[in-house]
Amino acid sequence: MAEITLVEAIRQAMDEELAHDPNAFIIGEDVGVRGGVFRSTVGLFDKYGEDRVIDSPLAELTIVGVGIGAALYGKRPICEIQFADFIFPAFNQIVSEAAKMTYRSNGEWTVPMVVRAPYGGGIGGGLYHSQSVEAFFAHVPGLKVVIPSNPYDAKGLLKAAVRDPNPVIFLEPKKGYRLIKGEVPEDEEIIVPIGPAKVSREGTDLSVFAYGMMHHYALEAAEMVAKEGLDVEVVDLRTLYPVDRETILQSIRKTSKALIVHEDNLTGGYGAEIAATIAEWGFMDLDAPVRRLAGPDVPGVPFSHPMQDWFMVNPDKIAEAIRELAAF
Amino acid sequence: MPTKVIMPKLGESVVEGTVTAWMKKENEVIEEFESLLEVTTDKVTTEVPSPAAGTILKIVAPEGETVEAGTVLAWIGEPGDEIPEGEQPPAQDHEPHETPDAESITDEPVMVRPAGRDRDLGYISPVVARLARDKNVDLDKVRGTGMDSRITKKDVLAYLKDHKGEAEIPIWETPADGDLFRPTELVFGKQKPETQPSPASSAIPGETLPLSPMRKRIAEHMVLSKHTSPHVTTVMEADLSRVMAHRAAGKAEAEARGIHLTYTAYFLAAVTAGLKAVPLANSSWTDTGIRLHRQINLGMAVAMPDGGLIVPVIRGAEELSLIGLARQVNELAERARTGKLSPDEVQGGTFTLTNHGTKGSLFATPVINQPQSGILGTGMIQKRVVVIDDAIAIRPMVYLSYTFDHRILDGASADSFLAAVVDALQNWPPA
Repeated sequence: MAEITLVEAIRQAMDEELAHDPNAFIIGEDVGVRGGVFRSTVGLFDKYGEDRVIDSPLAELTIVGVGIGAALYGKRPICEIQFADFIFPAFNQIVSEAAKMTYRSNGEWTVPMVVRAPYGGGIGGGLYHSQSVEAFFAHVPGLKVVIPSNPYDAKGLLKAAVRDPNPVIFLEPKKGYRLIKGEVPEDEEIIVPIGPAKVSREGTDLSVFAYGMMHHYALEAAEMVAKEGLDVEVVDLRTLYPVDRETILQSIRKTSKALIVHEDNLTGGYGAEIAATIAEWGFMDLDAPVRRLAGPDVPGVPFSHPMQDWFMVNPDKIAEAIRELAAF
Repeated sequence: MPTKVIMPKLGESVVEGTVTAWMKKENEVIEEFESLLEVTTDKVTTEVPSPAAGTILKIVAPEGETVEAGTVLAWIGEPGDEIPEGEQPPAQDHEPHETPDAESITDEPVMVRPAGRDRDLGYISPVVARLARDKNVDLDKVRGTGMDSRITKKDVLAYLKDHKGEAEIPIWETPADGDLFRPTELVFGKQKPETQPSPASSAIPGETLPLSPMRKRIAEHMVLSKHTSPHVTTVMEADLSRVMAHRAAGKAEAEARGIHLTYTAYFLAAVTAGLKAVPLANSSWTDTGIRLHRQINLGMAVAMPDGGLIVPVIRGAEELSLIGLARQVNELAERARTGKLSPDEVQGGTFTLTNHGTKGSLFATPVINQPQSGILGTGMIQKRVVVIDDAIAIRPMVYLSYTFDHRILDGASADSFLAAVVDALQNWPPA
């Protein structure tokens, strides 16, 4: 089985979906002739033509607005926002229109649209190319929010997202585009259902809940502390909304300790929802206070390298938090 | 000079009360009029305020003790005050504690912990608390390996593994939720059960509900009543068409005056009419003769929200109008349900009304409230087919079950009373 990068898995998913469904198309900045600034659409313009791989103007509101209109018309748009930092001009279209369409039309109209956006820091991108935006969207009923952490899931989840009748916010950990590699079967179709979380590493001492790049780091940290005798369970949330509460609580029933990790800053971050879920339904299984490890509450990921390192959660920081929680 | 706290006389004929709870312990400081203890009489529970400010020097009557009104319950004064001679309770039979000297304490190896369990267990996490309860683990015996030697879930699991097979206490013998880790005598108090469970009942698995003072009094009274009076019950039915029409017409007006016009008021009015017509039904048996009561004092049974029942009394019902009765019903029922009745308000009844129809009961055989001679039960009001002048009609009907003391009344006199009640209801309003 071939080992491919995360971004290649995403490219393959779109290639397959464009081939599978003539209504599917891609729209975004530089997705066509250039093949995307992260090369996620390389070759697709030549293969499917300018009507199905559309270079848009530098206007995110338009990209999503066109996507919504096309989706209502029966198309399957895959909108690319070049960096998640730029998604805010389209926020109104996503939250007030796409998310509410099915609800306000009593199910008569649906918006089967995917909005893809690379997110996260650690790539020297500074304030405007490093943001994590998941918490804004995971608050909105009517949207699905998906973040893959490995090539297999990225391919399977993106294909499921394109086929989903609801608007899906598909956030890709861009630091992992080329860093994270994994085996993906070539000769079978992979669909990973939106919703279920995955226990990616079984353990008994404590549970780490993470997604995206931080899940990748959590696995590394778990390996580091395994040498010290700590048996850590790691859960990849994969879908943030709707979240898989049962898998989270099952893990807590087993380990009784929870560490929640995300790169986005702490306050009001997505980890608060997981912590609340555990406190509300898993309280009697807890052996320690629920712990969150997240980015500091500063306005952005700093550009200077030492400052960026200070901001970013990494395997060492996760391992240290694991040790503290295990010792409680 | 210390001040006495005495068992108050909580009503005209209340001669004793039970100390159900002390709000303060010995040596605690209390303000004047601050609640000191809770006292229960047959049917009323009330708090007793402190008669003075000071320190509680001695509690004489422990919780659970029943004493006569006027008995000294406690002493309040300044620390060091002498409690007057002769007022002391008789010496307790337990041996006096000798104060151990410091040497003997340090010499003794810490093998057995005192019953008070003074080891600080540190932070107990929810899962440890739950495991300890579910698996009956005495956390005093578990070694803590967590932060600051706290007991972790793993410590409990390890302990359970090492102590597998040790006799587990059956779950029904452990205290309920919220009473974790407390010696049972602290949870349940030190009194011994007053009666030994019969061999038959203890052999069958189950639980014993503690008897509240009210439950006990009801039980005693019911047995007493059945022993005292030969009970006979007679049943008649009444057509409530006129009562209903009258109530429908007058309800809004009564409501405007703040009065909830209930059927109970009509039944009480009809009973009053019946008792006026047959005075023998408003009487009590005495060894010297049948005592006819001049006043009509009607008790009405009120179910309590947490079980049991209480019978507040409407005095001088013969002088009250329907609205007057309704007002009394409202007030007494409300006070009964909130536990605010005074002892005098539950005494002196000459006849009792009980409504057993709220859940659908049609007729019953109520037990007489001694020393009265009769009790009337009202069933559920339901529309039934009746024959009137050889025609079939649908009427709101109710069964009236009258239990009477056969020592006083015979079938004929009892039925005369009941017929008068029916007549009053069917021909409402009275002429």
